[in-house]
Amino acid sequence: MSCLTDKFDRLRATYPPEMNSSLVLPLLHLMLREKGHLTESDAIFIADYLGVPAMQVKEALTWYTMLHRKPVGKHVIKVCRNIACSLMGAERIIDYLKQKLGIEAGETTPDGRFTLLLVECLASCGTAPAMQVSDTYHENLDEARIDHILKELS
Amino acid sequence: MTEPRVFFNFGITDDSHTLSAYRGRGGYQALEKALRTMQPLDVEKEVTTSGLRGRGGAGFPTGSKWSFVDKKSPVVYLCCNADEGEPGTFKDRWIFEHNSHQLVEGVLLAAYALNVRHAFIYIRGEFDLSYRRLLLALEEAREAGLVGERILGTEFSCDIIVHQGGGAYVCGEESSLLTSLEGFKGYPKNKPPFPAVKGLYQAPTVINNVETLATIPWIITHGGGAYAGIGAQNNTGTKLFGISGHVNKPGIHERPTGYPLKKIIFEDCGGILGGKALKAVIPGGSSTPVLKGFEIENVTLDAESVIKAGSMLGSGGIIVIAEGTCMVRLLQVLTRFYAHESCGQCTPCREGTAWMDKVIGRIVAGQGVKGDLERLEAVTSGIMGNTVCALGDAASMPVASFIKKFRDEFEYYIEHGRSMFDGRLEI
Repeated sequence: MSCLTDKFDRLRATYPPEMNSSLVLPLLHLMLREKGHLTESDAIFIADYLGVPAMQVKEALTWYTMLHRKPVGKHVIKVCRNIACSLMGAERIIDYLKQKLGIEAGETTPDGRFTLLLVECLASCGTAPAMQVSDTYHENLDEARIDHILKELS
Repeated sequence: MTEPRVFFNFGITDDSHTLSAYRGRGGYQALEKALRTMQPLDVEKEVTTSGLRGRGGAGFPTGSKWSFVDKKSPVVYLCCNADEGEPGTFKDRWIFEHNSHQLVEGVLLAAYALNVRHAFIYIRGEFDLSYRRLLLALEEAREAGLVGERILGTEFSCDIIVHQGGGAYVCGEESSLLTSLEGFKGYPKNKPPFPAVKGLYQAPTVINNVETLATIPWIITHGGGAYAGIGAQNNTGTKLFGISGHVNKPGIHERPTGYPLKKIIFEDCGGILGGKALKAVIPGGSSTPVLKGFEIENVTLDAESVIKAGSMLGSGGIIVIAEGTCMVRLLQVLTRFYAHESCGQCTPCREGTAWMDKVIGRIVAGQGVKGDLERLEAVTSGIMGNTVCALGDAASMPVASFIKKFRDEFEYYIEHGRSMFDGRLEI
């Protein structure tokens, strides 16, 4: 964990010292990037590091939807299902992805490569339908583009 | 005469987002001017004179918001609300991706006016390129002495900290944003006290939208009076409008306020997909009441005109819906969203949004029963005005307005157990 606390220290130095508590979410994000998903013991680790109540960090962990609490695949596909994407074919895109990956939304492929998640508005309404694959935005989607995107991923 | 442009005033190239490009088109000269020739109060006065109203959705006058802050307080915080999450809204992303420096300069000008040492940009956790472009801009600005200690060699120092959200829509509500920034789950708080009095860590705090802050450099360069001369009288300036849905050319357009809504849809965005008729428009992000096609005839894009038509200008996210779309299933997309995003603090919203989603879900499944529409209306009135923050109202307004405007479609769905339009969302 010493390598992780070094990263924690560097992040902490960018906030004013009186705002120690503000580091809860940035540290959860940092840890998520390191570990892929977070558990209760990760929350306690952060609470101990910051000297804030464990309950505060646990509440944050269970409340923010970006913080995965279950293992996810190597590539996390987040497809927008909100209004503008729906008007432009999000349901078709979601069905295509489910069929292509052979999983339902919320599931991970047996080989651990892909997790398919449905998310709310990604602010890609002008370039709908849209999805993110491990943070990267892919917009103006159609079946051919999805084929291409998935093929490019290792 | 060409219309003045606050945002769309340069050509986008591979490096038009960099510091040297921004400086090449006059960037940071407003900061230079303010720090060398203006007192902080002068900056606030220009903003007040400009008539600028907040671009996040509520439309509160920016100068007034700033005037409520006690600048002599030992600590004043500035938070830029970049948690762009209102469905149909994608304008702040444009600013981040193409001109983060304009936002950075605006944050610095506001910080100077408000005596702020630490400013925060609370940015959506999902944003990727936007986030990277912002970090790059801040790094460039720091190296050039534009952010940090003794900016441009003056007594003014200001650090800007970028804070990523965790994927919660409610954190775009200002008190929720502050709770989140303090390291907690983002529960909104009752007002008063307003953030200008007791905000982040109990210190006076100003929260402004990305577009609002990015407009300040133009106002300082050209003067508040010049800005007040653009657009509609009580809702001045230009605004970024994001048009999405069933139009031929969706995208962001900068237009003076008071611009005809019909013109932006039919001329700037090339009209409706497939030459279909216009069925409905949601004019200011998904929370604003829906308007029927014929109701937008004389609507102009300023707060008063849209209110007169029965909706709100909101964030400027215009969602266009073509004839042939199933409004019942479209409403389900929204009720599912609000039920998912309700933070859980207030009973009327937590229970009400879930209840509305269940009833709409049952109608869509063909199992609606007589009285469901009255039940939905009763739930909306039970939520509205009875919650700490505006999410409850935001969830109720689409339900109330969809049922009011398209009641025959809902009644048909309940009676026949199926959609009048084959459940179509995509055209």
